[in-house]
Amino acid sequence: MEFFRIRNDIPFMRHALKFNIISLLTFLAAVFFLATRGLNLSVEFTGGTLIEVRYEQAAEPDKIRQALSQAGYSDFTVQNFGTPRDMLIRLPLKGEQNTARVSEGVMAALAAGAPGAQLSRVEFVGPQVGRELAENGALALLVVIVGIMLYLAMRFEWRFAVSAIIANLHDVIIILGFFAAFQWEFSLSVLAAVLAVLGYSVNESVVVFDRVRETFKKKRGLTTPQVLDHAITSTISRTVITHGSTQIMVLSMLIFGGEVLYYFSLALTIGILFGIYSSVLVASPLVMWLGVSREQFVEKKKDESERANDGAVV
Amino acid sequence: MNRYPLWKNLIVIVALAFGLLYTLPNFYGEVPAVQVSSVKATIKVEPALAKPIEEALAAAGIGHTGLFAEHGSVRVRFADTETQLKAREVIERRLNPEASDPTYSVALNLLSASPAWMSSIGALPMYLGLDLRGGVHFLLQVDMQGALTKRLDALSADLRTLLRDKSIRHAGIAREGMSLVIRFRDADVREKARVLLGENQPDLDFAESAGSDAEGPFRLVARLKPAAEKRIQEYAIKQNMTTLHNRINELGVAEPVIQQQGADRIVVQLPGVQDTAKAKDILGRTATLEVRMVDEEASSNASLLAQAAQGQVPPGLDYYVERGGHGLFLKRQVVLTGERLTDAQPGFDGQTNEPAVHLTLDAAGARIFKEVTRENVGKRMAILLIEKGKGEVVTAPVIRTEIGGGRVQISGRMTTTEAHDVALLLRAGSLAAPMEIIEERTVGPSLGAENIAKGFNSTLWGFVALALFIAVYYALFGVISVVALIANLMLLIALLSLLQATLTLPGIAAIALTLGMAIDANVLINERIREELRNGSTPHAAINAGYERAWGTILDSNITTLIAGLALLIFGSGPVRGFAVVHCLGILTSMFSAVVVSRALVNALHGRRKLDKLSIGTVWKPQMADQKALKG
Repeated sequence: MEFFRIRNDIPFMRHALKFNIISLLTFLAAVFFLATRGLNLSVEFTGGTLIEVRYEQAAEPDKIRQALSQAGYSDFTVQNFGTPRDMLIRLPLKGEQNTARVSEGVMAALAAGAPGAQLSRVEFVGPQVGRELAENGALALLVVIVGIMLYLAMRFEWRFAVSAIIANLHDVIIILGFFAAFQWEFSLSVLAAVLAVLGYSVNESVVVFDRVRETFKKKRGLTTPQVLDHAITSTISRTVITHGSTQIMVLSMLIFGGEVLYYFSLALTIGILFGIYSSVLVASPLVMWLGVSREQFVEKKKDESERANDGAVV
Repeated sequence: MNRYPLWKNLIVIVALAFGLLYTLPNFYGEVPAVQVSSVKATIKVEPALAKPIEEALAAAGIGHTGLFAEHGSVRVRFADTETQLKAREVIERRLNPEASDPTYSVALNLLSASPAWMSSIGALPMYLGLDLRGGVHFLLQVDMQGALTKRLDALSADLRTLLRDKSIRHAGIAREGMSLVIRFRDADVREKARVLLGENQPDLDFAESAGSDAEGPFRLVARLKPAAEKRIQEYAIKQNMTTLHNRINELGVAEPVIQQQGADRIVVQLPGVQDTAKAKDILGRTATLEVRMVDEEASSNASLLAQAAQGQVPPGLDYYVERGGHGLFLKRQVVLTGERLTDAQPGFDGQTNEPAVHLTLDAAGARIFKEVTRENVGKRMAILLIEKGKGEVVTAPVIRTEIGGGRVQISGRMTTTEAHDVALLLRAGSLAAPMEIIEERTVGPSLGAENIAKGFNSTLWGFVALALFIAVYYALFGVISVVALIANLMLLIALLSLLQATLTLPGIAAIALTLGMAIDANVLINERIREELRNGSTPHAAINAGYERAWGTILDSNITTLIAGLALLIFGSGPVRGFAVVHCLGILTSMFSAVVVSRALVNALHGRRKLDKLSIGTVWKPQMADQKALKG
């Protein structure tokens, strides 16, 4: 079986501007949603209490709400979690309350007003912990960006490093944009998925750049766009097969992983799709516009041959 | 020809054997077990405890499938839950003859069913996180400021006593924020006080300052030295951890985790515990000390003692059994409580060289103690250790002289370890800084089991689909890639089992994701081989070039992924860390298995033969298509 029967290099670079405009529009939309709606941060970041309860029969959210209101709770949300029997109750942090005791109070209130609830899960996060988690998350993102840039700059050239990071950072913004637009819950595991995808889709740029370098060295007489076209075309089979394979696993998590892994795998899916697009069709034009050329890769050899000539004269 | 030297093949074989060995324990499942650990800080579980347990079980005719006596606990495996429950009864009765005052906790637990030789070489099943096995996780914040102010309050009483003893007149001592301010009416007295206090209080820095009020224009400001501050804080967290240990033992949790996190936090994990309310209650209790007078008349009355032993205690008195078995009566009135204790250190009696515990009382405590000992020379005084609401007379010495200065020594019938533990316990009970729960996660056991099933199914079905696709697309080379992927999975699980890293649901997701990403290396290699074939290379040359050329790319792409993984590992906490550990390990194992193991397989299959073509799926060549088109 062979999916890709490509005779000539596909002229991707001819459409470079179009790809980047599409990408820019998506990016701006993502920024717009992030700015207007913001992320729906999970309890882990905001602090608060999250209680998952299970009923024998389908639960009645209204009854639960009533029971909680009567017990004096306010600002809480009650929603289904996966199945109609599972309910998720979220309570914000309240200054005076002894927050660690909230779960017991809620269970008592449920026992009175909406009996039959069984406690499946409690997560309580104090304000200081939430702030720290958010700070550490931002720090992790920064370290990943700097680390990858340094590595790429060392291994390739600064033009590649800059293009790869721009392309992949805009993926991150787009993933976040999706989470903001649909108000999906942004939790720690989603953050992990975002960072994993960042490292992973940089791969894609690396593979293409590797080819670019190789083509520059091996084939003479090609223009820069032609070299990029050739590099992308000759790796496109691998790109699709690899990402398809990864997506198979992610899809399996999306289907079988349940509620907890749902947003995690959703973030991965978006990341993988946009990762392919941006690291191939956005990063490569950027490299071109930043002025990559043959000389940057074969300089060394030239020096040597010049020196050899000098020697001959003497 | 593609052939691996012997040493490379050996490395692959050894690695795979290692992987298989350390993966195996995960397949045995778990069997019911009973775990015995000590409830009291003063009693340690010795391996010798295995003997009475074994005897008790044999006497009751209960057979076990393995008994393990190791660091601080004895664990016995049983064939089924019914036997397990019966065995717990038997062991409980044997080890804790008095049900109201248990010495050991006998808890139900699950142990791996793997053979003993596997456990002995460290081949254990993966360590499941709380989200997979159910339980409670608390993050406690120790109030360091509270520990310091408590210490300062105690010190201010000491300063007052010191000044009064030396008849140095002052106009008041008060704590203002994190410093103590002592007011004086004239500068000479202040100077005298400064010299005296500076000599006697090594933990404090004294500085002079001018006050604004008329009452005491000359002020001395005392601050804790940074070194002392640090020591007090380190003490506070250590003591709190000791207290937590003791209290959690009471819960009978099989494998509690109590760890320090950062400078001022403690993580407590109680697998299998469902009753969070009870857990929180117990974490909030204290162990402390009481000093009471012995009622000499009643205690020397043999008939009264005999009656008391049967439960008839005269009014106004409490009956206790001293260590060593002598019964005695204590007056109800408490002379001193642990609150007056500022420190407790293990040591030795200066005269008899017996192990002893040296107590330091605060100023008020010292004064009371001095008065009581002066008035009761020749009488006996009992020092009680109150643990979990129950008192135990540690010692009841005769008072020989008046004891001043707030330094008290407890000795008598103690071993060095006991002295050490008692000191720790007293410090824990009296000095613990306030703590607050700042994070809680509770997962029910059924949810834990569901999470395992979800994670397992995701990985399984994803893997099956992926394996089918790759095998069909790349034919024999695809099968080899799948075998390499299985090797990767095995090595990853083996490493996780060996390191006993905590496996969480995000960790399982990381396993699935790692498999999905690891295939990238094989795709790169296989695509390269196809490309070489397309360009007209011979099969052997194509294999060689494919592996060689793909290697650089594989390395690059794995390193960028690893950078992201490491950042997550360093900055992540909780579920993210579980993800990061697996992700990073997975990247390392995948590089080995995708490149080295798959190459070894390819070499073993193809190396010795001459090849006309490779089974790597269709290699489509533009020229061939052109020729076909011409013929048609």
